[in-house]
Amino acid sequence: MASAKEMKSVLFGPILANNPIALQILGICSALAVTSKLDKTLAMCLALTAVTAFSNLFISIIRNHIPSSVRIIVQMTIIASLVIVVDQILRAYAYDIAKELSVFVGLIITNCIVMGRAEAYAMKSPPVMSFLDGIGNGLGYSLVLLVVGFIRELFGSGSLFGMQVLPLASDGGWYQPVGLLLMPPSAFFIIGGFIWVLRTFRTEQVEPKE
Amino acid sequence: MSKKNESLGKTIGVVIALCLVCSIIVSGAAIGLRPMQERNAALDMQRNILDAAGLLQADTNVTELYNQRVEEKVVSLQDYSVIPQDQVPSGFESARKAANDAALSHNVPKSEDIAGLGTQENLTTIYFIKDEQGQTQSVVLHIRGQGLWGTIYGLIALKDDYNTVRGVNFYEHSETPGLGGEIQNPNWVQTWQGKEIYGDDNDKVLFQLVKGGASGEHQVDALSGATLTSNGVTNLIQFWMGPHGYGPLLDKLRQGELING
Repeated sequence: MASAKEMKSVLFGPILANNPIALQILGICSALAVTSKLDKTLAMCLALTAVTAFSNLFISIIRNHIPSSVRIIVQMTIIASLVIVVDQILRAYAYDIAKELSVFVGLIITNCIVMGRAEAYAMKSPPVMSFLDGIGNGLGYSLVLLVVGFIRELFGSGSLFGMQVLPLASDGGWYQPVGLLLMPPSAFFIIGGFIWVLRTFRTEQVEPKE
Repeated sequence: MSKKNESLGKTIGVVIALCLVCSIIVSGAAIGLRPMQERNAALDMQRNILDAAGLLQADTNVTELYNQRVEEKVVSLQDYSVIPQDQVPSGFESARKAANDAALSHNVPKSEDIAGLGTQENLTTIYFIKDEQGQTQSVVLHIRGQGLWGTIYGLIALKDDYNTVRGVNFYEHSETPGLGGEIQNPNWVQTWQGKEIYGDDNDKVLFQLVKGGASGEHQVDALSGATLTSNGVTNLIQFWMGPHGYGPLLDKLRQGELING
């Protein structure tokens, strides 16, 4: 059994030190699409964290029995099944959010983070550690998405979780929303800014000059 | 990884076992959660109907208001009569499902099929909206037709002259976001209110979407940058309000038939 310290580094490492989006630049596709409103963002984060954690867990449990010739297909099957289950649960318990997320829940299947952790970590590590690694990476993804979602919703529509925070000029307030932030490309700029800030404080993440 | 894993037998065994387990989990989730999902979908449709009829406010209790104000009737689109509840064919669930069911639909002749439907349902559900005194104030009808990328599904509410538009709601489409997708824009949808579908003798569908400067009671501004979507919307209104759609049914309603039938 791994030590508590190791567990902690597996769980919390991916949040800042080894963030899947900021350092490995994985899984940014969905980060663009689902971050215009915080409630959508949060649902997506929970869905992705659950899928990553459980796919890591199940793949790790059967890792010693997976023939290497079909291992990618085996991983995909497990991930796809979990994504379908998550999608069904969302449709049953959070219909409005499921309707807005629509295809993006299904696209978790192709999210590089899920596949990347399964192949890179869960195939070689015991179940509990793999599970924690999945949660850790999900949290790292969530942190970036929530920051992006926070900025986009606050300055793009003047609200947070659908609650009006800044009174809009169109409703007689003073705030003129930034239309650009509602468009997907704005997430690129914000993620870029996030990476810049992160690497200013953690200089070891800066790539060496070629 | 051990050598043993790489044998053909083991590979096939692992794959089959995995597929079995996964399919059990997936189908279990799908079947177990279906009742809740269907309830959600039904609630969503009720919300769409109330929205088309202009009754939906942010704090509306959808189910309560729906039960109070909406009366559903199944009608035949072949002889335009109301079908009593006990005579509705058992396979009929919704207009949308009926349109894809060979036993409950018919092919639309190519020359008439301006909305690109292919098949049209024989039966549909229409919704009478009552005012607080129980008088019918409007009727909500299912409409659909080909847009640019796929079928546009919507509901249109007509006032009790069965000519004036009370409201419209395109609740499902796959048009380009920001262009054709603007058919869901509340500001644009609002411009439909008070427009009239038919000409003077209620015989000809005059309603259409017009590029740049709609005028008069039969025209609504087309969506800029979405010519094909706009044409699709015009066509679906022309079809559904015409002789193969709800035209004869609305004639009957105007003469006071069906409402209490």
